[in-house]
Amino acid sequence: MKKLNFPFKREEIRALKVGDMVLISGKMFTGRDAIHKYLHDGNMPPVSLQDQIIYHCGPVVLEEKNNYRVIAAGPTTSIREEPYQWEVMRDHGILGVIGKGGMGPKTLEGCAKYGCVYFHAIGGAAQVLAEKIKSVDNVYLKEKFGSPEAIWELTVEEFPVVVTMDSHGNSLHEKVQAKSEANLKELL
Amino acid sequence: MSKKKVAKKKTTKKITTKKIAKKKAPKKRTKKKAFRKVTKKSTKKNVIRKKVNKQKDLLQDSIIELIRQTSTILPGDIQKVILEALEREKEGTTAKYAMSIIDANIKLAKSKSQPMCQDTGTILFFISHPAEFSELAFMKTANKAVVLATKKGYLRQNSVDTLTGANTTMNLGPGHPSFHFHEHKKKTIEVRLMLKGGGCENVGAQYALPNVSLDAGRDLDGVRKVILDAIIKAQGKGCGPGVLGICIGGDRGAGYIDSKEQLLRHLDDSSPNNTLADLERDIVNTANKLGIGPMGFGGKTTLLACKIGVLNRLPASYFVSISYMCWAYRRQGITLGSHNKISKWLY
Ligand code: SF4
Repeated sequence: MKKLNFPFKREEIRALKVGDMVLISGKMFTGRDAIHKYLHDGNMPPVSLQDQIIYHCGPVVLEEKNNYRVIAAGPTTSIREEPYQWEVMRDHGILGVIGKGGMGPKTLEGCAKYGCVYFHAIGGAAQVLAEKIKSVDNVYLKEKFGSPEAIWELTVEEFPVVVTMDSHGNSLHEKVQAKSEANLKELL
Repeated sequence: MSKKKVAKKKTTKKITTKKIAKKKAPKKRTKKKAFRKVTKKSTKKNVIRKKVNKQKDLLQDSIIELIRQTSTILPGDIQKVILEALEREKEGTTAKYAMSIIDANIKLAKSKSQPMCQDTGTILFFISHPAEFSELAFMKTANKAVVLATKKGYLRQNSVDTLTGANTTMNLGPGHPSFHFHEHKKKTIEVRLMLKGGGCENVGAQYALPNVSLDAGRDLDGVRKVILDAIIKAQGKGCGPGVLGICIGGDRGAGYIDSKEQLLRHLDDSSPNNTLADLERDIVNTANKLGIGPMGFGGKTTLLACKIGVLNRLPASYFVSISYMCWAYRRQGITLGSHNKISKWLY
């Protein structure tokens, strides 16, 4: 089990390899379809994403007297951001993406070029992951895009993920796909 | 004649026309008394409404409780196979890691009484009922229960107008929830509920045999080939390890519905048809040799179970319809007793 603590450093990201189990502590920003499209359209993010991690997640957030509490926060399917993700790496300097299901060749190339990794969170584990969120520190573009699509700035502690795409051109998804296809050929 | 007497006469008439009153003769007296006391001025209609409402309230409560349990607690048969999968995976692997987080999540959702996955899915009701039963009345109450369960947070705001993209906020709208009624010979009403998430629904598939590119003909070997192809295509994207519900035959619509109904079966049963029972076992064994593993990380458990049904087909068609259910296999059921109270849990 590896640990990644805020502030995140590019060298630490480069040192991660496919299959690494990592506990992330520190900061992360949620961002899904609306935000990725928004950045792709040339808008600047309302908060600097330099050296930050983006989490593909539309959390369920309870508003209590000027306080926010995340009650469910599992990952959403990442492949929808495949057209935009590499650009966000290039233009805004993110060094990590968290989601589920993996991403495609454009993102994998972006990871290698700009020094970024794709972390896979456990799909459906909304309660375990929400427990790891210690505070909601800010929210951006909530009025514009609505709560699930907003950028939520979160502080997390030991948020469990697995590296499935590293910054050296390796993708666990490609590997498992190829291996399972080969296995099937033998079994048929 | 005094007003009181008129009222009394009307009441008697009313009660004798009501079935319930007939059956429960001893209670008749108290009801009549209460009526005389409280509703001197009320009309017949009010009384009827009052009684019907009382009945309805219990159905609504029963359905809300069904929704709560379905969304927050996995039934025993499903927990059992998940625990077996957790034990099977090798220590120190990402597969084991994924399964242990899934296991922890199941326990946490139950103890906090909160949805185990934030995607609370398509709400599918399967109702088995005796001959005298109003589908419309049931749907009306079930819709109300869905709204209340959404307000209580057992369900996420999960229904979107397809064309405008606007969230209807209370999980109601054309096709939502999805109701499936069946008349059966029993006297009781059984309500089954499935909450089926989008991620796993997206990896479902339907094949028309023959399928040349997969070299799949119109026989069981062809059926096997397309099922395994669907598993390869799904990889971990449906939040595996999952369960397959499959229908061989039917038209496209009936095939998909039956594939979902297969997911209502108990996980430890097997098809009464020996050929299908063999195929069910073979698919699970073969799938677990593919190495896709939990979440697609690689590992020993790709599939937890497989349930296959069959419908007749036209000479010209041969469909295989496959529904994938994620590990967050949320389905529960109840039998309704007197006053539509929950009398039994079905899983
Ligand atoms: S596929 Fe199932 S477990 Fe995964 S996010 Fe969807 S509903 Fe949740």
